[in-house]
Amino acid sequence: MKNTVEIRWHGRGGQGAKTAALLLADVAFKTGKYVQGFPEYGPERMGAPITAYNRISEDPITVHSNIYEPRFVAVVDDSLLESIDVTAGLAKDGAIIINTAKPMEEIRPLLRGYEGQVTLIDARAISIEALGKNFPNSPMLAAVVAVSGVMEKDAFLSEMRASFLHKFAKKPEVIDGNMKALELAFDAV
Amino acid sequence: MAIRERLSGNEAVAYAIKQINPDVMPAFPITPSTEIPQYVATYIANGEIDTEFIHVESEHSAMSATLGACAAGARALTATSSCGMALMWEELYVAASDRLPIVLALVNRALTGPININADHSDSMGARDSGWIQIYAESNQEVYDNFLQAFPIAEHKDVQLPIMICQDGFITSHGVENILLVEDDLVKEFVGERNPEHYLLNPNEKMSVGPYAVSNYYMETKKAQREAMNNAKRVILEMAERFEKMTGRKYGFFEEYCMDDAEYAVVIIGSAAGTCKAAIDEIRQTTGKKVGLLKIRVFRPFPEEEIALALKDMKAIAILDRSEMFSATSGPLGAEVRAALYGVKSQAEVVNYFYGLGGRDITVDDFKVVYDKLEKIAETGEITDMYDYIGLRSR
Repeated sequence: MKNTVEIRWHGRGGQGAKTAALLLADVAFKTGKYVQGFPEYGPERMGAPITAYNRISEDPITVHSNIYEPRFVAVVDDSLLESIDVTAGLAKDGAIIINTAKPMEEIRPLLRGYEGQVTLIDARAISIEALGKNFPNSPMLAAVVAVSGVMEKDAFLSEMRASFLHKFAKKPEVIDGNMKALELAFDAV
Repeated sequence: MAIRERLSGNEAVAYAIKQINPDVMPAFPITPSTEIPQYVATYIANGEIDTEFIHVESEHSAMSATLGACAAGARALTATSSCGMALMWEELYVAASDRLPIVLALVNRALTGPININADHSDSMGARDSGWIQIYAESNQEVYDNFLQAFPIAEHKDVQLPIMICQDGFITSHGVENILLVEDDLVKEFVGERNPEHYLLNPNEKMSVGPYAVSNYYMETKKAQREAMNNAKRVILEMAERFEKMTGRKYGFFEEYCMDDAEYAVVIIGSAAGTCKAAIDEIRQTTGKKVGLLKIRVFRPFPEEEIALALKDMKAIAILDRSEMFSATSGPLGAEVRAALYGVKSQAEVVNYFYGLGGRDITVDDFKVVYDKLEKIAETGEITDMYDYIGLRSR
């Protein structure tokens, strides 16, 4: 467990937090790690708060519980900050990555006294710049990888390109936009 | 060389089905097993396998069609969960008494009341008396490996029984983990072809399947089923040995983790066993306390003598059940393990815990508390209740 990085994702149904967690598991797997990516299932509605998780380790992972003391937390929707204690159990030497257009002084007070690193990223703006649409999960994924350091930038980007080539085989026109979103986000944090 | 992959439990089962390329798959979707027929349907649509997929109007029909296909001589299977399995209830018994080697990919989920879609063993535990072989998995790797062994066990001439390959809903079915896949040609060789001795489509042998059995026949049929179930014990071990030769991965009726010198044991089924292993590693590292785990893989046939021998010298044992049966003393696993221990006159203190009902999470810390309690029970010999709960809210 000691060598395992644990990450918790908060989002709303339909925003792709679960997909982002599965993609992170995917790319980490490709760099030779042991991985877990799993969602916590509740009532499945668009817009309802959802949680997803990652474990990434050099060693085989046997634990099958949810994550209560994550090293990193990713929040895909800042409207969750008021209703959900997103920093619950978050390690002080860890970090929280939040998708928001708001400045730090508006976000900090919502974090219930969390003293560790807070990284804000405007994933919506990045997505609209790169893709013309609001798909915050790609930029959030890049931000989480950059902040957590679970992978090097070059390895991450080349594995993601390979994933997108497969995932978007039928609509290759979105691949470059997604790659641009990843790069912009990686460099923004 | 094994193929290194990362798959969800549902993907792993669907991949095993693709490698086996069975003849017929009737199915009706129900979460969390829905993805299995979905993926298989995609393989068929892509021309990767030539399985006949039958779209049925309910699970009752899904199992009925599977029965028909299997009786005709085909290799047939289906997938379901929870209430879907409940709607198959009548046919579960028919499959077993007609000695049809059907495989059911069961993704364990609570039975409704109150409505719940999460991991829980009440569906398969309710069907434990139906005459099906039941094999459970801790991880995606195990459910894949178990699935590859399913047809060879079920179709063995001394067995001829249906088999359900169970995994925990969402926890493994929807969780992506590392997995080692077996090459297609090795799978084909391992699973082989179904060559039934008797089958309905054999023009040279007229037969009837599933006729009315008057009192003069019914009891002998049940005795024959029991003999087949007893034979399954031997065949399950034989297939595990063959599987180990192919993959190096060892399976038995159950897995013993740190049991060589253990004084305190947890007995459990399914994905939470992995969480228990992490607790054991931590406890042994930090305190040196002799804690161990017996993880049940095969629940039907129930390996009573083997379990009893593995547990009889423990100081204290916690048996963890992920389903209710509202008996006076325990859940289904608790009752059977207690009965097994009675047979060997074990002096171990035994307590039964309910955990994880309706998907309630169980953590490494929860298991540490269980082992602490076992130590106390062994010291004082005091068990306040025959059963208790893990993770139950006080109000």
